[in-house]
Amino acid sequence: MSHQQQFEALVAVLKATISPTEHFTLAYDAEASDFIRFNHGQVRQAGQVQQAIATFKLIEDGRHANLELTLSGDTQTDTQRLNEALQQLRDTLPSLSKDPYLLPNLQAWQSNNVQNVALPDSGHVVEHISELSQGLDLVGFYAAGPLYRGFASSWGALGWHQANSFNFDWSLFHENGQAVKANYAGHDWNTEAFVQRFEQAREQLEFLGRPLHALAPGQYRAYLAPAALDEVIGMLCWGGFSAQALASKRSPLQRLYDGNTQFSPLVSVDEKVSGSLSPAFSREGYPRKDLPLIVNGQAGERLVDSSSAAEYDLPANGADYGEWPSALNIAGGSLELDQVLEKLGTGLYISNLWYLNFSDRAAARLTGMTRFATFWVENGKIVAPVSTMRFDDSAYSLLGSALEDLTRERELILQSSTYSQRQTGSIELPGALINRLTLTL
Amino acid sequence: MFDFSAQLKQRFAALQSDAQFFSVRYVRRTGQRLCVRKNVAEPPSLSSDEGAMLTARVKGVEAYAATHDISQAGLQTALNQAVAMARRLAPHALLDLSDHAVSTARAEYLSPHFSDAFPPLSDCIGLLMAESNSVPQDERLVSWQASLGLEMVEQIYLNSAGAEIRQAQRFVYPGMSVTAYDGQDSQTRTLGGDNFGQQGGIEVLSHCGLIGAATVVADQALQLILAPNTPTGPRDLLLLPDQMTLQIHESIGHPLELDRILGDERNYAGTSFVKASDFGTLQYGSSLLNVTFDPEIPEQLASYAHDDDGTPASKQFLIRNGLLQRPLGGALSQYRSGLDGVANSRACNWNRPPIDRMANLNIEPGDQSMDSLIGNIENGILMSNNRSWSIDDARNKFQFGCEWGQLIKNGELKGVVKNPNYRAISAQFWKSLSAVGDASTFKVLGTPNCGKGEPNQVVRVGHASPACVFTHVDVFGGDA
Repeated sequence: MSHQQQFEALVAVLKATISPTEHFTLAYDAEASDFIRFNHGQVRQAGQVQQAIATFKLIEDGRHANLELTLSGDTQTDTQRLNEALQQLRDTLPSLSKDPYLLPNLQAWQSNNVQNVALPDSGHVVEHISELSQGLDLVGFYAAGPLYRGFASSWGALGWHQANSFNFDWSLFHENGQAVKANYAGHDWNTEAFVQRFEQAREQLEFLGRPLHALAPGQYRAYLAPAALDEVIGMLCWGGFSAQALASKRSPLQRLYDGNTQFSPLVSVDEKVSGSLSPAFSREGYPRKDLPLIVNGQAGERLVDSSSAAEYDLPANGADYGEWPSALNIAGGSLELDQVLEKLGTGLYISNLWYLNFSDRAAARLTGMTRFATFWVENGKIVAPVSTMRFDDSAYSLLGSALEDLTRERELILQSSTYSQRQTGSIELPGALINRLTLTL
Repeated sequence: MFDFSAQLKQRFAALQSDAQFFSVRYVRRTGQRLCVRKNVAEPPSLSSDEGAMLTARVKGVEAYAATHDISQAGLQTALNQAVAMARRLAPHALLDLSDHAVSTARAEYLSPHFSDAFPPLSDCIGLLMAESNSVPQDERLVSWQASLGLEMVEQIYLNSAGAEIRQAQRFVYPGMSVTAYDGQDSQTRTLGGDNFGQQGGIEVLSHCGLIGAATVVADQALQLILAPNTPTGPRDLLLLPDQMTLQIHESIGHPLELDRILGDERNYAGTSFVKASDFGTLQYGSSLLNVTFDPEIPEQLASYAHDDDGTPASKQFLIRNGLLQRPLGGALSQYRSGLDGVANSRACNWNRPPIDRMANLNIEPGDQSMDSLIGNIENGILMSNNRSWSIDDARNKFQFGCEWGQLIKNGELKGVVKNPNYRAISAQFWKSLSAVGDASTFKVLGTPNCGKGEPNQVVRVGHASPACVFTHVDVFGGDA
């Protein structure tokens, strides 16, 4: 029985079991993954993981509770587990108060997206990586396999999303400890594209052999490559666009959404679900909408889950609990990639940033480290790699008064995170040329 | 408790394999997370999870297969997959584990008060509601919540060498936070939450101080919104235990993880400024610094008798009188490096393999009372409760921020300051440790949120520490 059939069988069981006064939603997350990690160009640890999780919400008379349940894959066992979960939730509901913010989607929508492009055999991928990394100190991680997401409700909604995907995230280390980071991810493995990506990383590695350039704290011109800008944007997503965080005055973009400040008119940020790799429906059962979050530097829509919709009288727009974006799309500018070094002139070329956090959340002031392939550039030419440095600066400067331009070309970055399960988030964004980045340590 | 134990043993005994060694690690987790936000109870989130990881060693090469199907057929399929993967990847394997010894331990471990019933869900919600309702009416208090997480974990480890290790643990995570807003700036004060968790029962709520905390937490949020920013410049820094946990975690714990030193984490969590040759020779901190791996404090989050590879756990000094002694490395990393380590090979669940993790990593108490710590500071600042953490991938250059600051002048606590931050370099910072609080300042804390590894894993770690003073630290505030 396929995953989709297993899911639909469980939905049928629930529909047949609940009483006329009860309602349910059922979200389904499953995967079969190969996980292979590399160190020194060889396999350090390898394995496979098969898992399936149902998140079951029971609703009756304005009361509701959720139960996350691991499934076994065997219909009889899972039917029994689901019935036990139903009983546990039935026992729980009477002890709860009615939830004034309960707002389930009553629409009987349907969605089906199945992508079955065959993945390469992981053994062959390992052989290829081993060949390419001959003589190199490669460390990295390959994750691949099918992902399954489902949603159903007692009101007749039924969504299914299934996709095969791979994500190879790796670093090449120079003997001096400097490293370059690279990633090759997607649905359709293309050996030629992978080799090209690998060679790009190898070429960058050669620059890292030059003597380190030590920088003093101060302000510098800088180019943030897309992966580095992704880290900055990632911090702003910590509640930045969340309706609840904004209402609770805990959003790092509070001043933007309150209209007290703005980013550069160059900055436009969309949550663009259509055409992305993530499901078209939320785990709450709302279709996910494309949303302009920042428009020419000004605050736009916010992400609203069903609870916030009820609490703040806003339209629910398909955000999941926590109200994080997962398919960001940031507009490009006018800077051509082949002119980045020339326009930078003298300053820092930063490939990646690392371990960002807030120095002052209310002021959107961030700190973090350079990591992987950061270069000192003089008169448009790479001079030397730079020792690890800390920055501390406001997002309203980095993406506001200090932002000179964004690259016309953008990069699609697929989330490589595997906490609990492989993630489907993505971001498409340009690089950013900044005339003032503050380094502190 | 251990309801599946007999069946698992039966199924394990029936597994067929020509692997040189194989094991099963079964985990069952149940939990509940409750939250009352602004006097409205959020829907409870309950969980029930079980699965098993099969690990096989074939001609010195190990691989794993984790499965949600714990039937006889499911376990056999997973074992076969692990064996096949070990064979397939053998030509490319980094490690030859042919001579690596395996556990033969037989033991059982329970959290304190594990058999005592925890109050029913409705009582827990009532308790949180009472705390939430106790937050004073003040239009500047714009958000608050009281929460309680509860997790029960049973793990059974069996292997083909005869090991049988069972552990059953209960983890409790109380928390409260209040946010104040003045139209421009917002300040949040928290109790517990991500900075607190312990093993045990209902007594953990008392250990945390949740009951009756609402008015104090709310008052401190209001004090912060009225407070000036932390002044910039070097001064002596008194860190309370709820910030020491983060300081220990980031700038002692992570750099001493042996798998980082061996390079495994260079693509993700990072490397370390500590080298394998530093153990036994590097003066990590001042002579007042004594750091232990201590799995023997019963209520601490990562207390256990054996790690997830079956290695017996015992208290060990990692740093004694400031001198670096041994790394945080489990049996495998010890085998690879030739260094003595500790029993810290840990996995977050059945679907992730064990790797070197922090467990309980503590600073031993010194001899100074809190009055004495404060009294000996001429120009300083007290900081409490972490809210921001950032450190480089070698775990050296760091910047940390706290919720609460209080200036210290001529041996006395003075006014409250907001947005207290400090930055330094690990390799130098611990040498500036000038005073260590005594047992009266010592607190057993921890966090459920330590991330590391590929595939990614979040584990719970315990940190216990006295209050500590560091001299001449670069301190600064925020922009607001």
